[in-house]
Amino acid sequence: MPEEQVVDTPESQRVIAPGYTFGSVTDQISTVVLTKHTPLFWFATFAAGFVLLQGLLLSALLLFWKGVGVWGIRMPVMWGWAITNFVWWIGIGHAGTLISAILLLLNQSWRNSINRFAEAMTLFAVMCAGMFPLLHMGRPWLFYWMFPYPNPMNVEPNFRSPLVWDVFAVSTYFTVSLLFWFVGLIPDLGTLRDRAQHLITKYIYGMLSMGWRGSIRHWSVYETCSLLLAGVATPLVLSVHTVVSFDFTIAIVPGWHSTFFPPYFVAGAIYSGFAMVLALAIPLRSFYHMEGLITDRHLENSAKLMLATGLIVAYAYIMETFMAWYSGSVYEQQAFWNRMTGPYSAQYWFLITCNVVAPNLLWIRKFRTTPVLLFISSIIVLIGMWLERFMIIVSSLAQDYTQSAWGLFHATRWDFATFFGTIGFFVVMFFLFVRALPMISIFEVRTLLPQAKVREEVRS
Amino acid sequence: MRPAAAGSNLVAMAQIFHYSSNTFARMTIYGAVFFIAFAGWAGYAYINSHYVTRQNQPREQPIPFSHAHHVGGEGFDCRYCHTSVENSSFAGLPATQICMNCHSQIWRTSPELEPVRASYQTGQSIRWTRVHDLPDYVYFNHSIHVAKGVGCETCHGRIDKMPLTWQNADLQMEWCLNCHRNPERYVRPREAITTMGYVPDGDQAEIGRRLVQEYHIQDARLLTSCSTCHR
Repeated sequence: MPEEQVVDTPESQRVIAPGYTFGSVTDQISTVVLTKHTPLFWFATFAAGFVLLQGLLLSALLLFWKGVGVWGIRMPVMWGWAITNFVWWIGIGHAGTLISAILLLLNQSWRNSINRFAEAMTLFAVMCAGMFPLLHMGRPWLFYWMFPYPNPMNVEPNFRSPLVWDVFAVSTYFTVSLLFWFVGLIPDLGTLRDRAQHLITKYIYGMLSMGWRGSIRHWSVYETCSLLLAGVATPLVLSVHTVVSFDFTIAIVPGWHSTFFPPYFVAGAIYSGFAMVLALAIPLRSFYHMEGLITDRHLENSAKLMLATGLIVAYAYIMETFMAWYSGSVYEQQAFWNRMTGPYSAQYWFLITCNVVAPNLLWIRKFRTTPVLLFISSIIVLIGMWLERFMIIVSSLAQDYTQSAWGLFHATRWDFATFFGTIGFFVVMFFLFVRALPMISIFEVRTLLPQAKVREEVRS
Repeated sequence: MRPAAAGSNLVAMAQIFHYSSNTFARMTIYGAVFFIAFAGWAGYAYINSHYVTRQNQPREQPIPFSHAHHVGGEGFDCRYCHTSVENSSFAGLPATQICMNCHSQIWRTSPELEPVRASYQTGQSIRWTRVHDLPDYVYFNHSIHVAKGVGCETCHGRIDKMPLTWQNADLQMEWCLNCHRNPERYVRPREAITTMGYVPDGDQAEIGRRLVQEYHIQDARLLTSCSTCHR
């Protein structure tokens, strides 16, 4: 009984508030979807996202019409914001996979309350990420040339190029994430189907739930499938951003060409991913009054993970600079000296403030348990991580070997429109998700209830 | 009141779907595999079809000029009309004067040759319809191919048997690469460039290898480099 549990666990350590029953968990989560009433804040946020999305459509249209030159990409900085945004978005996705796969395998049951929307976040973030290489291609309508398919040109992608590995890494990541997310949704879709009042709603959830009846056989298949997918997704948490980092490390540009980029990038990805999880969870739970399901314990755990990965990132910055000095290569040294004192020094020191200095406040318990402060720190981390990618890409390309070929990057208004447009896309997709699907896994949260603890009967 | 327990809908409710939807769902998922495979195959077949490549389709011309008659019947050398094939990227279309070398004497009143005579009198060129039209992003040069021992027939087929000219090859990039990767399979001695129905005097593999060396044909690495054809 819940009353017994209160005694041995202090208030903030709870993964679910006391007083919940199986029925009230289901009620609270499913009514958000099945109610006819759409709250005002939903409309307000959706509208804001929708306006930004129009900026994305407009800039994409202009880009198709006039070419990639509408962005500020000029020699020598041909990657500019497009690849910065790609790396930023794909990194954000990683926390979702970490929560859904690695924490599942590690039996961290607190993840049950946040895995659903974190996985949705992963999917939408990967969609946003995928747009940038496509738009950056110059001739986006020939995107299928990236895949090795039988064609009358008798050409295939250059498998020695990490950009091709990227295609496979990202498309695998998206497919596995989508499958994992959908399989996890099936039992809840069954619940929604059973609770829906309207015939069309019943039909839609009925089709999506693929005949789920909740039989023992169904659950057994579900558990196997879910574990297998978690097993497939786990290496992806490490491999996808590793491959993304190869885009840089394989090149010989000073500031890119180093062997520790993979762990550095993966840590950064999870860092920014948890920042995004917090930036979504904190407003969501207060708007929908879900504090009982997404508790302070979840926020604190995510904050701790953010702090841990943030420290790895800080260590990577130190090592990166140390290795530049230790390498003895004048070009490497020059590249880092330029970062700190050159034309991008303001961005560099701002990045250090956001990513290295600011997260140390999370050592203080108050910062981890006060939602407003935590929300602000997660936004700071998101900005810092964007700047990190900007720094790596733009400052390295702007000033490499030959001084006569140096040049600075100037973002155009269309760079802004595209980037903020993908944020709009993300918000629109996420809010549609919140309205149409259960944002918290109903059946997994029910397993967190004290009532769900099964006592094995001992036969005498 | 709703039952509280998970997944147990004790309230009797009508079936939403007919029993047959199970079969239908399975068929759809299973069928999708075949459907996607079929769509892929159909797309590939379409881009290789003669409808798209315009292979083997005689092209309408202002004058129904017959290569079969002029080359096959009369035995003209290709270079009598296509004068620039050895020195230029473009093989060259004959000036009306070349036609009139003969046609001022023979078939002088043929109504089908009226456009030739009109062109001769007015000085306006005859507007032939292009049969082999490579995309603009392909840099193709006739002279280098002729100089390195690629026969007319190798690409254009048995032109001496074409009453109206058609495109013999599909002109897909894989067709180009087929030779650029293995030139020794196709080259012939320079003396036999314009020969129609050429049969190698011995083993083509051996002759080809010898000619590749003799004519200094570059290796496949260079011949298949992007910028060899796309400049």
